[in-house]
Amino acid sequence: MAVNELQSTRKPPITQIGAVLWLRSNLFSSWINGLLTFASLYLLYIAIPPLLDWMFLSANFNFGTVNILGFEIKFSEFMADNQNCGREAACWPYIYEKFYMYIYGFYPREESWRPDVVYGLTALLFVTVRLVRNYKHKNRVILSMIVTFPIVSYILMAGGFGLLPVVETHQWGGLTLSLIIASVGIIVSFPIGVVLALGRRSDLKVIKLFSTIFIEFIRGVPLITILFMASFVLPLFLESSTNFDKLLRALIGIALFQAAYFAEVVRGGLQAIPKGQYEAADAIGLSYFQKNALIILPQALKISIPNIVGSSISLFKDSTLVLIIGLMDMLAMVNMTSNDPYWLGRETEGFVFVTIVFWVILYSMSRYSRKLEIRFNTENKN
Amino acid sequence: MEKENNASNIIEISDLNKWYGDFHALKNINMNVKEGEIIVVCGPSGSGKSTLIRCVNFLEKFQEGGILVDGTELSDDAQKIRKIRSEVSMVFQHFNLFPHLSIVDNLTLAPIWVHNETKEESRNKALKLLDRVGIKDQAEKYPNQLSGGQQQRVAIARSLCTTPKIMLFDEPTSALDPEMISEVLDVMVELAKEGITMICVTHEMGFAKKVANRIIFMDEGQIVEENNPDEFFKNPESDRLKLFLKQILTH
Repeated sequence: MAVNELQSTRKPPITQIGAVLWLRSNLFSSWINGLLTFASLYLLYIAIPPLLDWMFLSANFNFGTVNILGFEIKFSEFMADNQNCGREAACWPYIYEKFYMYIYGFYPREESWRPDVVYGLTALLFVTVRLVRNYKHKNRVILSMIVTFPIVSYILMAGGFGLLPVVETHQWGGLTLSLIIASVGIIVSFPIGVVLALGRRSDLKVIKLFSTIFIEFIRGVPLITILFMASFVLPLFLESSTNFDKLLRALIGIALFQAAYFAEVVRGGLQAIPKGQYEAADAIGLSYFQKNALIILPQALKISIPNIVGSSISLFKDSTLVLIIGLMDMLAMVNMTSNDPYWLGRETEGFVFVTIVFWVILYSMSRYSRKLEIRFNTENKN
Repeated sequence: MEKENNASNIIEISDLNKWYGDFHALKNINMNVKEGEIIVVCGPSGSGKSTLIRCVNFLEKFQEGGILVDGTELSDDAQKIRKIRSEVSMVFQHFNLFPHLSIVDNLTLAPIWVHNETKEESRNKALKLLDRVGIKDQAEKYPNQLSGGQQQRVAIARSLCTTPKIMLFDEPTSALDPEMISEVLDVMVELAKEGITMICVTHEMGFAKKVANRIIFMDEGQIVEENNPDEFFKNPESDRLKLFLKQILTH
C-alpha cells in the first residue's frame, strides 16, 4: 500500500496572452471563421461611413441660438429652414423645431410644465426606491409612493378637480403618451397576469377554465384587433358611451392584452418551482395566499424577470399601434410633423430620431432588468 | 415501559387505504402512536412508507379510512388541516428550505405568519434553535451557501420553530453525503431524548436500534411486521423482513 504525501497547490500554467492570440482564437480560429470575420468587416465598411456621414459629418446642425436651462448656446446665426438644409444629409433643426411635438404632442404649450413635473416625479420615484433600500420602513414608504404617484400624475396631466385647467386626453401625445400607454399597460396588467397565471394552475376547475380561455383567446388575436374592439366595439355595450374616453378604452384593451402574455410568462416561472417548495409551505401550515405570496411568487417572479422585461419591451414597441385608432403617440408624430408645409419630406429624420429614442429607453429597460436579476439572485449567491 | 402504556394515543390510523389512480398504494393500514413514542418505518422503496407519513399531515389525500391526530379527525376541512399542520411538522428528504429567504427567515416564517408571533420573539427562538443544531453562526446566510448536512439541520430547526407535538421525518438522511449523515442523526437522537413524538422513515438501522420504541416494516403498501428494536432485528418473523434485513445489513 502506498501513502502519498499531501501536495502543495500551485498556479495553473501560464498561457500565452496578447492581442495576436486573442485575434487568432476569437476571429480566425478556422478558415470559415476568418471568412465570416472579413465578410462582417466588409458589411460594416459599406454601412457605417455613409450613416455617419448622413447623421453627423454632412448633417445640418444650425439650430440658431438655443436656450438650455437658462444658458444661451449659439450654434449659428439663424436657424436653418427646409430650403437651405439640403437633401443629402440629416436636417436636425427640423427635429429641434418639432421637439415639443415629439415629446408632448398637442399638449398646450403653456401647460407643458405639468408633464415635466410628472417626468421629475418618476425620476424621484426611482431615486427614492434606491435610497430607502436599507431603511426600516422601506416597504411602507415605497407602497405609499406607488399608491400616490399615479393619482398625482393623473391630476397633473388631466387637470380638473378645480385645481388645474383641464387638458383633454386627445391633446396628449408624443413620447409622453407612449410612456403613459406603456407604463399604465404594464403596471395594470401585471397583477391581472399573476392572478391569471395562478388561476390557470388552480385546482378549482371553473377558475382554471376561465383563465385558460381568457389567455388563449387574447393570445390568439393580434393587438390591432383588440385595439379596434376596445375602440369601436366596447362602446356598443356601454350605454352612456358618449364621453367614454378613447385613451381609456385603448388602455383597457392593452392591459387585457398584456395580462395574457404576463400570465404565460409567470406560469413559466411557476412551473420551475419544485414541488418540494409547495409541500414545505403546506407542511408549515401556510394558507393558499400566504404560500403563494411568501414562497412561490417571490421565487417564480424572480426567475421570470428576463421574460417579464422582454414582454414589457414588446408592449412598449407594440404601443405604437395606437396610431391606428387615432392616438398621437411619438411615432404618429413623425407623420404629423412632416405634413407641415414648411418642412415637407423630412420623415427620415423623424424616423431616425424616434428610433434612437426608443432604443435608448428599451436598452435601459433591458440593462435595468439585468441589474434586478443580479440583485435578487440569492439562490446562487456565494 | 409502564408509563408508555398509560400514555394516550396521539395518532390513530384506522383502515387507511390510498390509491394513485389504479395503483393501490396503502392497504388497510392500522396503527397507533402514543405520545412521546419514537417510531421508525422502514421497507423497500415503493412500499408506501413515505406515503403513509405524508397522509398524517395531509400532504397526501386518502380515499378510505381515517386518521385522528391529537383528537382531530383529518378531512378536507381547511381549518382542521391548518390546525393539524401547526402541531405536526415535517422534515423532508430534500430539505425543501426556501432558497429566497435567509436561514433565520426560513425559521421565523411559520411562527410569524401562522402563529402570529412577533418578529422579535420568533427571531430569538429561531436563534436558540439554530444554536441547538449547531449552526447559529450561519443565521444570516442563504440555504444554498450551506452544506447538505447543515441544510437538513436548518430544516429540523425550522420544523421545531412552531413547537410541534409530532415530528415526521421523510428519509432525512437519504440525500446526504455519507460524511454528513451522522451530524443530522445526532440532532435527531437529541430530539428523541426530549420526548417529542417522532415517526421516521429511514434506512438508518443504527439510529433505529438506538432510539426507536417500535420499528414498522412495510412492503407493497401494507404493514408486514412491527416490533420493538431487539426482537425486530433478532427474531424477524416474515420472510420478506428476513430478506430485507439481510439485504441492508450484509454490508
